[in-house]
Amino acid sequence: MKRSKRIETLDNRPVNLDGYIDEWPEMGFAAMKSPYDPAGSVKVQDGKIVELDGKTREEFDFIDQFIADYAIHIGRAEASMAVPALEIARMIVDIHVPRKEILELVSGITPARMAEVLNHLNVVEMMMGMQKMRARRTPGNQAHITNLKDDPVQIAADAAEGALRGFAEEETTMGVARYAPLSAMALLIGSQIGRPGVLTQCSAEEATELELGIRGLTTYAETLSVYGTEKVFIDGDDTPYSKAFLNSAYASRGLKVRFTSGSGSEVLMGSSEKKSMLYLECRCLYVTKGAGSQGIQNGSVSCIGVPGSVPGGIREVMGENLVAALLGLECASSNDQSFSNSDMRRTARTMLQFLPGTDFIFSGYAAEPNYDNMFAGSNFDAEDFDDYNVLQRDMQVDGGLRPVTEAEVIRVRNKAARAVQAVFGQLGLSPVTDEQVEAVTYAHGSKDTPARDVTADLMAAEEVLKRGITGVDVVKALAQTGFTDVAESVLNMLKQRVVGDYMQTAAILDREFHVLSGVNTPNDYTGPGTGYRVEGERWEEMKRIPHRINPLDM
Amino acid sequence: MQVNEELVRQITEAVMTQLRRQKDASGTEAPEGEAIVSLAGRERINPVKSDYSSYPKAGKGTDPKEVVIGVGAAFQREIKKTICGIPLEEVLKNLRAGIEEEGMVSRVVKILDTSDVCFMALEAAKLSGSGIGIGIQSKGTTVIHQKDLYPLSNLELFPQAPLMTLEIYRQIGKNAAKYVKGEQVVPVPCANDPMSRPKYQVKAALMHIAETEQLAPELGMIEWEG
Repeated sequence: MKRSKRIETLDNRPVNLDGYIDEWPEMGFAAMKSPYDPAGSVKVQDGKIVELDGKTREEFDFIDQFIADYAIHIGRAEASMAVPALEIARMIVDIHVPRKEILELVSGITPARMAEVLNHLNVVEMMMGMQKMRARRTPGNQAHITNLKDDPVQIAADAAEGALRGFAEEETTMGVARYAPLSAMALLIGSQIGRPGVLTQCSAEEATELELGIRGLTTYAETLSVYGTEKVFIDGDDTPYSKAFLNSAYASRGLKVRFTSGSGSEVLMGSSEKKSMLYLECRCLYVTKGAGSQGIQNGSVSCIGVPGSVPGGIREVMGENLVAALLGLECASSNDQSFSNSDMRRTARTMLQFLPGTDFIFSGYAAEPNYDNMFAGSNFDAEDFDDYNVLQRDMQVDGGLRPVTEAEVIRVRNKAARAVQAVFGQLGLSPVTDEQVEAVTYAHGSKDTPARDVTADLMAAEEVLKRGITGVDVVKALAQTGFTDVAESVLNMLKQRVVGDYMQTAAILDREFHVLSGVNTPNDYTGPGTGYRVEGERWEEMKRIPHRINPLDM
Repeated sequence: MQVNEELVRQITEAVMTQLRRQKDASGTEAPEGEAIVSLAGRERINPVKSDYSSYPKAGKGTDPKEVVIGVGAAFQREIKKTICGIPLEEVLKNLRAGIEEEGMVSRVVKILDTSDVCFMALEAAKLSGSGIGIGIQSKGTTVIHQKDLYPLSNLELFPQAPLMTLEIYRQIGKNAAKYVKGEQVVPVPCANDPMSRPKYQVKAALMHIAETEQLAPELGMIEWEG
């Protein structure tokens, strides 16, 4: 066939590098609805749920049982299930029905009914729902802080810059898992230099992550993964009960925790039981709620290529974010994984969370260039900072970030690098040279920095664990080396663990370490003229993007 | 994926049925263009499951120099190339060469009770005389594990299969051998391409399904010469 130049041009567009596939419900390639999804149903007998979504108690798998026993308000179940799905869907977008009333109503419906409700909503209605149902009054944002070399000095500098730019939480992970103690320590120090009160976590193997948390080297945890089918849970050596137990382990030490789930994981693991991605994700979110977690990171997350490949997949992703909010959970709404080769497509996908605002619009915006992102790439990265700030300014929408000046960036990066140098020196860990401090201060990414001595770093990381170094040792080392203000901030972060207020739903801290959560600053949106509005100081700050024309220069 | 005769026959039949239907409905020829056959209604990728019941069960090794390589259920059978097209035979050859260059001994087993790469690697490590094992899925994802570590922990993990090269596989073999020798090991540098997810994730899902449907948990692990 002679080729059309038009079609050839289109074939070469970046969007056609992405993977697409037809629906195949038997393998779980169905976004919102599968012919095998059950219809919502419930039967209560003697205060116990004896039938859930078409299955009797004898037929329950452990997820059904956990949901029936812990995740549904049994006293409300029959009344809530008597309300048709379409009516609930309409209430979600009706500004005259307040958030509280919906939370109460929805607390009695089952996962299958929840999926039915969501199937009545188009994406604009889902966004309206999110604007009202988000837990915290103000939206927030979270950063990924990582690099290809697992260089702790760069982690500290990027954390400081990220905090300065407005991220309320920062998360790191490693290419080489054994770096974890150094990564966690560097992130903790750097974050407090950019802006006191930023929460940090280190995504690692669960036992290591818990240990780092208990030692006060991190201030929250996020990597407690739950799944929508029993088989995938078992493959991960887990059950809903073990996750609930792990959640309690963190809670007992006063750490903020959220779970992680997201559509597509069951498909990737080859165990979707023919169900739709939305229905399986509803099950995950009910398990999360039943386990007593205050929140969730969801929106397909690292499996975004799967819902992204099927029809209606991105609608489903927004849908699952909304389900989290409907269950009263804090929602860190993904956008944290490279999703498309097309700039147009990746931006459009993020608008669904950006415009209504979620508790954390990104559960990992790459605050480094994507080549350094060790979560395998985020949907937005450090090179998109100005685009993002302009989007906020164009639409007067609070995406959680702020414009910064070059001088401020250099100052906080340098201070963070020097603080890590001082702490590592004081604790007798692997040395940091002045040359490295200098390089990291002015670097964009790890391509601009000298190589670390990996063997020495890994020995130091092992030392941290062996010698039982804790957050308090970091405070001491900072104080002894003249970083008194940073020492105070880190100490304040440790104090939060004793106070415990930041374990409440959707909590973040302001620069005075005051908690802003869904409990003390709940979302009060009930239509125009209510709820959070971008105005005052915050709006002025958002206006001050770099590269504005100075009329006097003309 | 294995393109065997049975599969070809089924697909051809589906296409022909579709074409006939279109012709009947409109009375004209079906339009030009690539026909994508819907797989809706089908429960497997490969209709046939390989039978390994006659293979010798993999035993626990005693040689302290041994590194066990645990390959996926579909390895070199239903799947013959990694996700980026490297022949699995070559992959195995390079892993083994890396191990042998460091003076250690390799043994290959096929893991039929899990397709999760971390558990595969841990099972291989537990079989290994040295306690060091490598797990490799047919799509190319690889983990170096040690028998006393938590399952989801590891010595080295190479999660981005599309970025693997034969040289990296050889390095992985060498590093595994160095762990056996108790040397201070510099991990193989991680490759990272943020755009491999949108391009490869669906393919990865299909390959994982093709691997998982070949599991035969009752057989556990078998010796695999490759």
